[in-house]
Amino acid sequence: MPTNSKMILRVLVNGIAREDLIPVNMLLVNYLRDVVGVTGTKTGCDGGECGACTILVNGEPLLSCIELAARVAGKQLETIESLAHNGRMSTLQRSFHEQLGTQCGFCTPGMIMASEALLRQQSTPTDQQIKTALEGNLCRCTGYVKIIESVRTAIKLNGDV
Amino acid sequence: MQNKASVELHMVRPNQAAGARIPLVDGVEKVTGKAQYTADLEARGALVGAILRSPYAHAEIINIDVSKARALAGVKAVITGDDCGVAFGILPISELEFPLAKGKLRYRGDAVAAVAAVDEKTAQLALDLIELEVRELPAYFTIKEALADGAIAIHERREGNVERKVDDEFGDVETGFSAADLVMERSYHCAEVTHAHMEPHAALAEYDVERDLMTLQSVTQVPYYVHLMLSQCLDMDSSRIRVIKPFVGGGFGARTETLNLEVIACLLARVAGGVVRLKLSREETFLTHKGRPETDIIMKMGLTQSGKITAVQAQVAQRGGAYGGYGVITILYSGALLHAIYDIANIKFEGQRVLTNTPGCGAMRGHGTVNVRFAFESLLDTMACELGMDPIAVRRANLLSPEFETVNGLKGLSYGLPECLDWVEEASAWQQKRGAMPVGKGVGIGCSHFVSGAGKPVHWTGEPHATIILKLDFDGGITIFTGASDIGQGSSTILTQTVAQVLGVDYSRLRVIANDSAITPKDNGSYSSRVTVYVGNAALDAANNLKQILLQAAAVKLDCRADQVECLGEAYQVQGLPNTLISFADVVAQAIKGGGTINVKGTYFVPREHQGLGKQRGAAVGSTPGFSYGATVAEVSVDQDTGQISVDKIWVAHDCGFAINPMSVEGQVQGGVWMGLAQAISEQTRYTNGLHMDANFIDYRFPSIVESPDIEVKMIEPGDPNGPFGAKEASEGALSSILAAVASAVRDAIGIEMNATPMTADRILAKLIAREKQAKRQQPRKQEAR
Ligand code: FES
Ligand code: FES
Repeated sequence: MPTNSKMILRVLVNGIAREDLIPVNMLLVNYLRDVVGVTGTKTGCDGGECGACTILVNGEPLLSCIELAARVAGKQLETIESLAHNGRMSTLQRSFHEQLGTQCGFCTPGMIMASEALLRQQSTPTDQQIKTALEGNLCRCTGYVKIIESVRTAIKLNGDV
Repeated sequence: MQNKASVELHMVRPNQAAGARIPLVDGVEKVTGKAQYTADLEARGALVGAILRSPYAHAEIINIDVSKARALAGVKAVITGDDCGVAFGILPISELEFPLAKGKLRYRGDAVAAVAAVDEKTAQLALDLIELEVRELPAYFTIKEALADGAIAIHERREGNVERKVDDEFGDVETGFSAADLVMERSYHCAEVTHAHMEPHAALAEYDVERDLMTLQSVTQVPYYVHLMLSQCLDMDSSRIRVIKPFVGGGFGARTETLNLEVIACLLARVAGGVVRLKLSREETFLTHKGRPETDIIMKMGLTQSGKITAVQAQVAQRGGAYGGYGVITILYSGALLHAIYDIANIKFEGQRVLTNTPGCGAMRGHGTVNVRFAFESLLDTMACELGMDPIAVRRANLLSPEFETVNGLKGLSYGLPECLDWVEEASAWQQKRGAMPVGKGVGIGCSHFVSGAGKPVHWTGEPHATIILKLDFDGGITIFTGASDIGQGSSTILTQTVAQVLGVDYSRLRVIANDSAITPKDNGSYSSRVTVYVGNAALDAANNLKQILLQAAAVKLDCRADQVECLGEAYQVQGLPNTLISFADVVAQAIKGGGTINVKGTYFVPREHQGLGKQRGAAVGSTPGFSYGATVAEVSVDQDTGQISVDKIWVAHDCGFAINPMSVEGQVQGGVWMGLAQAISEQTRYTNGLHMDANFIDYRFPSIVESPDIEVKMIEPGDPNGPFGAKEASEGALSSILAAVASAVRDAIGIEMNATPMTADRILAKLIAREKQAKRQQPRKQEAR
């Protein structure tokens, strides 16, 4: 297929059904940022090394910088923008905010989406499980200590509900 | 382009603002994905910029033929070194770099030409069509090669490839060494490392052809310096330029000087007559890094039997790379910060900053001191062992007094290192562990310090060191206008807390507008950990000025003298008379009556005696209103079969004077010490014939969350008379201590002395094998002797 051929992509992005004409070789992260216009998902590397671009596809974490948009046709995509409800932060977002799990914030959307995927699967993970789930998400600011505390706080708050 | 510099506040409401653990004032944007970084800024119709990079390490440019690129449909601008003949650089004495190479290419990655096109594909095609003709020159990748006899000058103005030589002696080291009971000398080597901020470099430039106005938004830590260099390189009056800093994804020093992509984006925008977005790949971000240079150190020290340091001599050589950058300052810091942590009367420093055909190095967190501190603290550890002294005791034998002036003219008014040592000793159970853990496990210690802002700014103009403007209007809202660059370290939060503390008002009244040269006051930017003390003091001054106005207005309203007014933050009353209570709104209404909107200014000047008292050349470097101090204990495990280190736990005590936001201080200290840990155990940039071998996150390794230890932080708060509420810096001081702490712990664990970073498994294994061989060789001899 010539690289300039196009296709219609039908996906659900943050609960909204979309239909977009896109190049067949478009990367998912570029589709989200440039076509849909949700820029919360970041690119920190040249492909698959840092986790900044992590989103959820059918509830599973995925690096959107090394996936073609074409390959998620018909699926449900969730980005960082989907977590707040009517402008109120989700528990994870609030915990990252209040426990300083974010400094410069660049790794944060990916970090929160990877944590979200974990907590959906396992509501009370151990520290080891948190670390394993976030192993592919690099952060250069925090030394990770307060990231772990943020996830722990969210787990606790979820448990209190 | 819209300006997103304004940040709404969403916060908890503590009684006391200074000293409260509040979240970042711009944190909500970061966790919800609303924060707009340079690459996120909306710019419909923006052209895509791209840079052609040199495949040669050192070459003379014969010709660059851009005619085919220019002719390609969709290409709007093609520029080369011929389009800008003005050099730039952060230091006026070292403006060696052109936005695009002129005459010569000096490293593999140097910018040859740039294009702006309608889309990325066209831009790439255009780069491919540029024909570069060169004559290759001998290239120098090591200090030795660059300094060798007959080596040609990488820069005409730098004969012999030396950027700066420093030769300073304070006291008399020979006398000092002869007074010592033990004198030792060791060589140390630290690999080049880089900032690796998670946000790749990016810039968005918009040129308004009709009005001849340039607007740049970029990833900078220093919008003011970028502004100056744009004016210089574009030959535009500075009033025609506007520089805006959006959210920035980390910096750590990488962005404390003008980056060529910032100038290139503007040059392209001007030629194309429009908007140009330039995003560097991660690989390019690595290639053009301004990191911490590869450093060779020969350290010599004299100690008395009781552990008192009698003299220190350090010879330091830094591989600076292809451009000067901050190099002169880096090498001066390496010498200056041998002082002001311990009481040492005799110190000699011989420094050399060398130009090579590798990427230009610059400022990185712990500027200039980290590698030298590693060597110093490691040698101190070695010598303490030799004397049979506890490494903590040897440091206690050399403490300064809280108010000190060093032999090189640095002055300090607070000194929390003794308390730092006490805490890490206790918290880590040092006395129970050192020398007493099972083989393969150990604890080690290191200490360090840093400036809270450089006493003299890079461009000395006589202006205040910092300026803040506060606006109070009919709505009762107070806007803090600042040029201080929040790059994730939380400076906007600290300024908000400072103003809230003075005025006693609710956080919901305060908002910060930062970093837009058309709106906010000039600020030198975020480097040398200056913001808390400099801009914090300016904010304190501004808030006090505003408070005076409010007290006057309240006095009129309450019909009493101003000194009888009691400010309750959100209300005012005549001292002790609750029945006279009036609201903040009443006071504001009174205050703007007649005069209208209130704008007040606050400024900060560094006291003269904190701008360097020494007579030596470069004496200002190292001077500061206040030094922060840190002590760190690391506990490690070493696998003797593989040589692999794992760091199990870190305890760090940091003297930050006073923690305006303790949570933020913890975060900064954890992040700083973790970054030092990464340098200690895994980070390095390697080159093969000048080709960067680690320009990605797989090869350039730093610890993942799985490999990162818990870092327990204790804040030591002696209060510094020069700091706002007594505060000093909190992000750089403790970083340097961890490198030696890890080396010290490895010694404790397996009895091996590590003199190089990173302490990789390979390096440790090599030492273990060498020790084994040595032991084998000695065994038969021992038997013979028997
Ligand atoms: S941007 Fe996708 S992993 Fe780095
Ligand atoms: S908060 Fe800056 S990279 Fe994680």
